Amino acid sequence: MRIALFITCVNDTLFPDTGRSVVRLLERLGHEVVFPTEQTCCGQMHYNTGYRRPAARLAVRFARTFDGADAVVVPSASCAAMIREHYPKLGRSGSRLSRRMADLGPRVYDLTEFLVDVLGVTDVGAYYPHKVVYHPTCHGLRSLGLGDRPYRLLRAVRGLELLELPGATECCGFGGTFSVKNGDVSAAMGFDKARHAMETGAEVLCAVDNSCLMHIGGTLSRQRSGLRIAHIAEILASTEKEYATT
Amino acid sequence: MSSATFLGMPPFPEAAEHAVRDARTRHNLHKATHTIRGKRDAVVGELGDDWARLRAEGEAVKTHTLRHLDHYLERLEESVQRAGGTVHWAADAAEANAIVTRLVRRTGETEVVKVKSMATQEIELNNALEAAGITAYETDLAELIVQLGEDLPSHILVPAIHLGRSQIREIFLDKMAEWGVPAPADLTDDPRALAEAARVHLRELFLRSKVAVSGANFAVADSGTLVVLESEGNGRMCLTLPETLISVVGIEKIVPTWSDLEVFLQLLPRSSTGERMNPYTSTWTGVTPGDGPQDFHLVLLDNGRTDVLADTVGRQALRCIRCSACLNICPVYERTGGHAYGSVYPGPIGAILTPQLHGMSSEVDRALPYASSLCGACYDVCPVAIDIPEVLVHLREQVASAPGHMGEKAMMAGAEAVFGSSTALDAAQRAAGLVGGAIPKHLPGTAGKWTDTRDLPEIPRGSFRQWWNEREEDR
Repeated sequence: MRIALFITCVNDTLFPDTGRSVVRLLERLGHEVVFPTEQTCCGQMHYNTGYRRPAARLAVRFARTFDGADAVVVPSASCAAMIREHYPKLGRSGSRLSRRMADLGPRVYDLTEFLVDVLGVTDVGAYYPHKVVYHPTCHGLRSLGLGDRPYRLLRAVRGLELLELPGATECCGFGGTFSVKNGDVSAAMGFDKARHAMETGAEVLCAVDNSCLMHIGGTLSRQRSGLRIAHIAEILASTEKEYATT
Repeated sequence: MSSATFLGMPPFPEAAEHAVRDARTRHNLHKATHTIRGKRDAVVGELGDDWARLRAEGEAVKTHTLRHLDHYLERLEESVQRAGGTVHWAADAAEANAIVTRLVRRTGETEVVKVKSMATQEIELNNALEAAGITAYETDLAELIVQLGEDLPSHILVPAIHLGRSQIREIFLDKMAEWGVPAPADLTDDPRALAEAARVHLRELFLRSKVAVSGANFAVADSGTLVVLESEGNGRMCLTLPETLISVVGIEKIVPTWSDLEVFLQLLPRSSTGERMNPYTSTWTGVTPGDGPQDFHLVLLDNGRTDVLADTVGRQALRCIRCSACLNICPVYERTGGHAYGSVYPGPIGAILTPQLHGMSSEVDRALPYASSLCGACYDVCPVAIDIPEVLVHLREQVASAPGHMGEKAMMAGAEAVFGSSTALDAAQRAAGLVGGAIPKHLPGTAGKWTDTRDLPEIPRGSFRQWWNEREEDR
């Protein structure tokens, strides 16, 4: 299958390892990955902060860039939710954007949805000998309804011990510009999330969104906790062979 | 004795900065919200798929009623008058307060007992009555605590949720004597002892008072019946013992028929207190000769509601049945408490209701739509399916399109310029990669709100797209 990768601006700029992992994983599973280079950002920051028109322009750009793709894979549940849930509202009914999104929207997937629902795999042949907790990020949990998909993928990883995260469904407090507009509340929420993760004795906290992980990871790092963050793609891409070289 | 007010409180981020540092409040709120969450989950969960159907029905009844509100309001007026009540229309808080004050004065009384009511909190009726020389006694246990403590409510359902029982004991010992029957000198912080002190204190007021003021959870247009759901029975005392009853009710509280109540009497207790059924449901229809208050007045309150109704996205906030499930689940509310929202309607519903009722007229109103991480937990638990995140974003659009916030607008325009072309993004990424290592650990200005508490991620030397393009060239 030919898979178009929408990397997202955060991953592209700050977490290229996540992108490389997605490519490695999907190619290992026997698929072709393409990266339409005109892509930039889904516009979620603009949309969520109240800047609807710039968000609509970025939505048009996305729709144009990925027009005709068989499947668009996004290693961010939050950006996938922006595209599927909010793009249709950004165009007037009958507009080119709303027509394009009516066609394209259902073929835009978060990585874990794509693996489980489209490719039908839960054991991706990964090896990751660590104690791990999974934080279900809000848009993955509530907007996309990822349910147990990420857990099924993680449980099939050899060597991985999946621990239970207390208060898992509570928001980590990132919330995009919320993290600075209401920095004190955001920090208080982030600290509780970090504390819950630390109390499990895990080595790694993983999620389907690097933006949330950047916030939780920044909190953990400031605490000198030693607990590190990883996007789920990096865990799923890891094998005995690749593990030895990283 | 003075009544507190939300007027003049700082905007949310500033208030929250102090609130998150208040250890006692944080502890009380965490404990209380998590307890109610657990109870709600249990009684909602036991209904299985039926809950989703009830929720859809609740949403449908409210949406229909709001769409035809003009019709149902006139019907309610007719029904109440037919049943022997008098209907008054109040366009705003000042009008409503003037009507209630006039009605109380006419009785010659200088005291009223009150049933817990959000509408009268919203219009700050107690302050207006106090200015007219009339003392209003709150009889809901938590409202009593807040009133005695010269405090403000911090939760819709549990106004004293921010207080622990040792604090309540102190308030009772210090203040009860000023208002009526004093607390026993040996009062402990045992919940039963505290409840007994309140019972003795209130009982005298119930027996003495000739006038009561209430709100209503629902108003049935067909029959003219008003409905109050409560837990303590104090509401029932107020609604039955006095000679005059004045009910101040928001115009959005209408349901068309008695049978529509069936849906809400299931949705509300399960969502609010986490009970299958609340202990006391009182209903009254006008005046019944020889039984209960013989003089009944209904004050229908607009106070911004028709403006909210005109907003096609924002109007869904008027479906709210004041259950507080969104407060109890909200991670922001849990950490700041209700006072930080600067309104009688705190939490997620307050963040969309207050600015709309006020017309975003103040800094406090304009900050409220941003008091959320948009996690969506509120929408999930809302028994009438108000898409609170959608309305928050809608209100943010109104704030962002108004004059001001030049810094943010410049930042957003800059971001759009970078994301407007892949070449510009690539150039920005390369520049960031070059200077990445030199970014200081602590940043000035707004960005400092990040680095105050969190480390920045390391900026990688190369972006993903650089890697991809190099890989493509190597093929």
